[in-house]
Amino acid sequence: MAKNDLIGESLWDAYSDKVTRLMNNPQHQGEISEEEAAERGNKLIVADFGAESCGDAVRLYWEIDPKDDKIVNSKFRSFGCGTAIASSDVMTELCIGKTVQEAVKITNIDVEFALRDNPETPAVPPQKMHCSVMAYDVIKKAAGLYLGVDSESFEEEIIVCECARVSLKTLKEVIKLNDLKSIEQITDYTKAGGFCKSCIKPGGHEEREWYLVDILRDTRREMDEEKMKAAAEAGTSGDFATMTLVQKIKAIDAVIDENVRQFLIMDGGNMEVIDIKDGGDYIDVYIRYIGACNGCASSTTGTLFAIESTLKEKLSDKIRVLPI
Amino acid sequence: MKVYMDNNATTMTSPEVVEQMIPFFSEIYGNPNSLHKFGTQSRPALSSAIDQVYKAINASDKDDIVFTSCATESNNWVLQSVWIDKIVNGDKNHIVTTEVEHPSVLATCRFLEEQGVKVTYLPVNEEGIVEAHTVKSFITEKTALVSVMWANNETGMIFPIKEIGEICKAKSVLFHTDGVQAVGKIPVDMQDVHVDFMSMSAHKFHGPKGIGALYIKGSQELTPIMHGGSQMGGRRSGTLNVPYIVGMGKAIEMATENIEEKMTSISAKRDRLEDALLKVIPETFTVGKREHRTPNTILISIRGVEGEGMLWDLNRFGIGASTGSACASEDLEANTVMLAIGADNELAHTGIRLSLSRYTTDEEVDYVIQHFTEAVLRLRAISSSYALVKPTKGGEAGECHIPAHH
Repeated sequence: MAKNDLIGESLWDAYSDKVTRLMNNPQHQGEISEEEAAERGNKLIVADFGAESCGDAVRLYWEIDPKDDKIVNSKFRSFGCGTAIASSDVMTELCIGKTVQEAVKITNIDVEFALRDNPETPAVPPQKMHCSVMAYDVIKKAAGLYLGVDSESFEEEIIVCECARVSLKTLKEVIKLNDLKSIEQITDYTKAGGFCKSCIKPGGHEEREWYLVDILRDTRREMDEEKMKAAAEAGTSGDFATMTLVQKIKAIDAVIDENVRQFLIMDGGNMEVIDIKDGGDYIDVYIRYIGACNGCASSTTGTLFAIESTLKEKLSDKIRVLPI
Repeated sequence: MKVYMDNNATTMTSPEVVEQMIPFFSEIYGNPNSLHKFGTQSRPALSSAIDQVYKAINASDKDDIVFTSCATESNNWVLQSVWIDKIVNGDKNHIVTTEVEHPSVLATCRFLEEQGVKVTYLPVNEEGIVEAHTVKSFITEKTALVSVMWANNETGMIFPIKEIGEICKAKSVLFHTDGVQAVGKIPVDMQDVHVDFMSMSAHKFHGPKGIGALYIKGSQELTPIMHGGSQMGGRRSGTLNVPYIVGMGKAIEMATENIEEKMTSISAKRDRLEDALLKVIPETFTVGKREHRTPNTILISIRGVEGEGMLWDLNRFGIGASTGSACASEDLEANTVMLAIGADNELAHTGIRLSLSRYTTDEEVDYVIQHFTEAVLRLRAISSSYALVKPTKGGEAGECHIPAHH
């Protein structure tokens, strides 16, 4: 929230002139019949995506020359808002002249880009980016029908955010690499979740298989596990600085058990580690004397010095021992 | 030609109202609470505005009508202060409202839920109203407040406020109604109904934006949320907004004078428009019986034509209307009222609301009939719902499952 968000942007003002033009006068709306295609010796493929009950639906018509798999003509019909109609129109245009194999590489990002007035300015506001996704989905479906394969087979990765086409793999990598802790950060780094917002969490515009909230939580958990594992390995190799708090306490206890405690017990006393505070410059180890040590004159001088120097020698120069 | 058919969103401020307001900006600008003449000069106009509002809704002199900044403030005030008075500082824990209230009620209820209040959101029937017996069955001994709107903004459907008021009275539960879509459109008589609190907003009946009011029956307890210089008898602090109070007084007077005649005239135009659209455009339906609606409202669903696309085409013809379509909203969330009424979710995507006013002319109605029909023809020609060539085998798409929003 800041000054520019106070009254927000008017939805339609954020559409490019091209979106407006194509909504007002789509170039490729219409149908191709089986007979028309057959007359020209071509094959007709008609694919639907979406439904009126979903809020948007598109029907794509491809007339394909079977000799070279080239899409010689294409039309669309669409139930949808202005951006859905404009996206469908541009999608159809991008298909014409391509082979089916080439067409299936057209993504929603290409469709949105083709709707821009200039390369720098998005054609639609973020929440409308979703409209172009259907164009991509229906192409995959048509290609699947023509080639006799499952349309999902064209997708090489798991796409979590369809609007920005961000894969699960990318998301996990970016979260780990940049130590991301919030959805807002993920959107800043990858654009995922910045458009129709369906992929952020359940209950949005449409149901998804993967949600950013789950991916973030699971990836953070993986990161923690990796960290622990690394720390555990460091613990066995004796790198005190990279140990977790629990490992540090264990290491200190181990050193005390081995080098100090027997002498204290011999004098009728003992000690315990109360807490460790890692302040950066110093690692303060708070201890409490038990039995005869408690109140013993050397407990704040000689004995303390001995404990501290042993820990410094065995574990870290930064250690200070503070009796309480 | 430009035709404004979105009067449930806001209305034109009547020129007569503006005229009455103007002297109170640069001529008579004193603070009415000041002792000097600059201040006291505005008092007669304030008194007469108060009289106008009391008369318009037939409030008793024992009742309070407190001016606020808008109905959102009035709704927030009632809900939050009943929470403080009866739940935080009392032994109640429950509020009853409906699924189709204005966001200023629903969002406040959700806020109160976060504070631990139990809230029941009553469903509506297929006509889009909550029936009185439904309200009755959900009131418990712990219920502090029932909040049900008088008329709905999307459908214009009028709720059984008289019956609900009787139920609340019998059960000794406070009753609030958001009267924003009722006042100035249909007769609102506070002596005829048992209502403890009613919210109003001037810009819905040709008054200015930025002024509303809360009716409080019998001047009963309701902790203020605006603390300060004890204006409005200590109920709502803040320097009195003299020009806007004057404007609201004039606007409500104009809207409610001979209201039956005005209703007859508006509903004649509305019915003509509705009849024509239903007759000319096949596969179209409207929501709610006309006699159960405010006289100015039509909610129409046009098969195969998405709401935002329809608004777009209407806008090109200079017609301003409204849609509950998810596509037209900032967050892509389908309108709760549309979802609540259901109609196979079609309404959530194809509902267009046309709301007239007493300034709507017959020429405007003719213009809308003609261009609304043209827009439907163009968009249906593009629509996949009206395509003839069927998908290749295996190319069909399934119906959609809309995720539940509550």
